[in-house]
Amino acid sequence: MKIKAFFLLASALLIVGSGCTNVKPWQREHLADYTMRADRDPLGTAQAEHIWFSREEASGGRGVGGGGCGCN
Amino acid sequence: MNTSLLKKFAVAALLAGTFFTAQAALKVGDTLPDLASFNLEGKLPDTLKGKIVIVDFWASWCAPCAKSFPVLDELQKKYTDRLVILAVNVDEKKSNMEKFLQKHAVSFTIVRDAEQKLVAVAEPQTMPTSFVLDGTGKVRFLHSGFHGEDTRKEYISEIESLLK
Repeated sequence: MKIKAFFLLASALLIVGSGCTNVKPWQREHLADYTMRADRDPLGTAQAEHIWFSREEASGGRGVGGGGCGCN
Repeated sequence: MNTSLLKKFAVAALLAGTFFTAQAALKVGDTLPDLASFNLEGKLPDTLKGKIVIVDFWASWCAPCAKSFPVLDELQKKYTDRLVILAVNVDEKKSNMEKFLQKHAVSFTIVRDAEQKLVAVAEPQTMPTSFVLDGTGKVRFLHSGFHGEDTRKEYISEIESLLK
């Protein structure tokens, strides 16, 4: 029974784990696309900033750096 | 719980992990593999033997690659007979490469690694990455990324040192 449960857990981990992958530097074509940029829409960003400010009484500090083509 | 079974599984997982993450990236001191075996699109230079070769991996979506092209072109024109620049494109779509080349026309050799076999062997850590080879095909210098004038000066100093 325990062995069965162990193999079920191991199989589940394998299935979930197989969904993870490393994107190699030469495979970042789609990630480097302009449409993948979080700040591609200045108006949308300004609106989100305003909502954030109104709700949280705080401005700035949204988002993190990184992403993109990974060049250089 | 069967502890020995768990241990065996852990060891097997560790070995599998090691096997799948083991990388054979091309590094300084290695010899460039035979390019003819990678089914590259485009015409390879007749001979690389005895010449300094810069193998540059690039893509149309990579902004620093566009900045590096005029410098590489300048180097190719400066060291005409003694240097071969082989720019290996890794774009998924050929049309993207062609559009890029219409904007950034160059005189050096361009080939396309459509199956991404060569790039998988070289394992560049960033785009662009270039390998400077000596006359025997051995990697002598490696450039990760392109950093404008600094990289240009490095290329020139490396080429000059290999010409001595």
